[in-house]
Amino acid sequence: MSNSAVKFKNVEKKFAAETIIEKLSFEVEDGEFITILGSSGSGKTTTLKMINRLVEPDGGTIEVNGQSIEQIDLIELRRNIGYVVQQIGLFPHLTIEKNIATVPELLGWDKEKILVRVKELMELVKLPYEQYGKRHPKQLSGGQQQRVGVARALAANPQIMLLDEPFGAVDAITRKELQKQIKSIHKELSGKTFLFVTHDINEAFYLGDKVMIMNNGEISQYDTPKNIVTNPKTDFVKELLDTIYEEEALWRELK
Amino acid sequence: MVTEIVQYFKSSGSQYEEYLIQHIQLSITALLIALVIGVPLGYISYKHPKAAEFFTTTSQLLRIIPSLAILFILIPIIGVGELPALIALVFLGIPPILVNTILGFKEIPAVTKEVASGLGMDTKQLMKKIEFPLATPFILNGIKLSLVEIIASATLATYIGAGGLGTLIFTGLGLYRMDLLIIGGGTVTFLSLLSMFILDITIRKVSKNSVEFSS
Repeated sequence: MSNSAVKFKNVEKKFAAETIIEKLSFEVEDGEFITILGSSGSGKTTTLKMINRLVEPDGGTIEVNGQSIEQIDLIELRRNIGYVVQQIGLFPHLTIEKNIATVPELLGWDKEKILVRVKELMELVKLPYEQYGKRHPKQLSGGQQQRVGVARALAANPQIMLLDEPFGAVDAITRKELQKQIKSIHKELSGKTFLFVTHDINEAFYLGDKVMIMNNGEISQYDTPKNIVTNPKTDFVKELLDTIYEEEALWRELK
Repeated sequence: MVTEIVQYFKSSGSQYEEYLIQHIQLSITALLIALVIGVPLGYISYKHPKAAEFFTTTSQLLRIIPSLAILFILIPIIGVGELPALIALVFLGIPPILVNTILGFKEIPAVTKEVASGLGMDTKQLMKKIEFPLATPFILNGIKLSLVEIIASATLATYIGAGGLGTLIFTGLGLYRMDLLIIGGGTVTFLSLLSMFILDITIRKVSKNSVEFSS
């Protein structure tokens, strides 16, 4: 039996009087690439942020690597989970090198080890250190910045990566390129669990080993892309898939 | 006129020097104290919105009171001399620093702070590595405004016996000596411009890679 990297048990979250998440339970296995798909307000980002406790649940338990996250020191927990967001949030006053070195520096690694790691990561995201290391975030394109964001999140070798619509703000071609890269990065670094939030169906089905479709704070379906397509369980999922089929028809017509 | 000015420097050069040093010393001391009080208050205000409301309102109120009035209000309390002048200048210097410090911290994008905590920075590291560096251009802008205010108001400190370049201006006014007025006023103007210039360059330098900064 493989271990679960992330486990939600009856998790609830309310904002003021509104219930965002209602009795959410699911399990993510070690090393899986999970995409969480949903429209805005579906609770997908909230779900993600509860894992590194940027949002605290109102009920239920969340386990990371078999341990309840409430029992893990908050700072410790976060340093072991990579975090990437759409707006990237690179630190504008620091060079690319320093941005990527953030967590290793917090962990007190020695300088040489950090430099080796930074170079290795920049290689991985295809931004050579010699060329980009000393630049500031402003001097990079949106797509390049996002790759730095991914490298920074990977720096201390976390077992779990949380990605919140990381490619939401880049153009279509760059986006496709980044999707291919993140997929190969996941493959290359075998054993890491990726949780990737998106509202783009194509992205979700292209990247995910499993896709979790969320609607109104509940899981509509959580399965492999193939199983979802061949056997959509709820009306919402059917509707969602229909939009894709309609699009497909449109493109066929235009050809 | 020019000959009179040259004459003054010839005969009373050391006196001028003394006034100049007094003025600069008083201004810098006031600025440093204002800084030590203003920046921490600004940080506290940024963390606690209620405190921010209180401090900004109070400091805005303080600004309404003319500099000269503050100087005179202090006479019955602490008498005359350098100390009351210093206190008055500190009071005048705090508001711009305080307001701009709060502004600087508020301008830091929420996502930057969220990612920083998400990566595992504690409050102290967040402050040291992210918040202060990013607020620095704004704090420097506050220092600039504060220093200009202090240098100008230090002129009035002469009235309560703190010396400085104001002595020259008021002597000039009293004796109708245009040369003294020009020397005193000109030097104060020069000091203000110089400090603005230096700080503007510094701000441009540090904000090159920072959050968009518009003064």
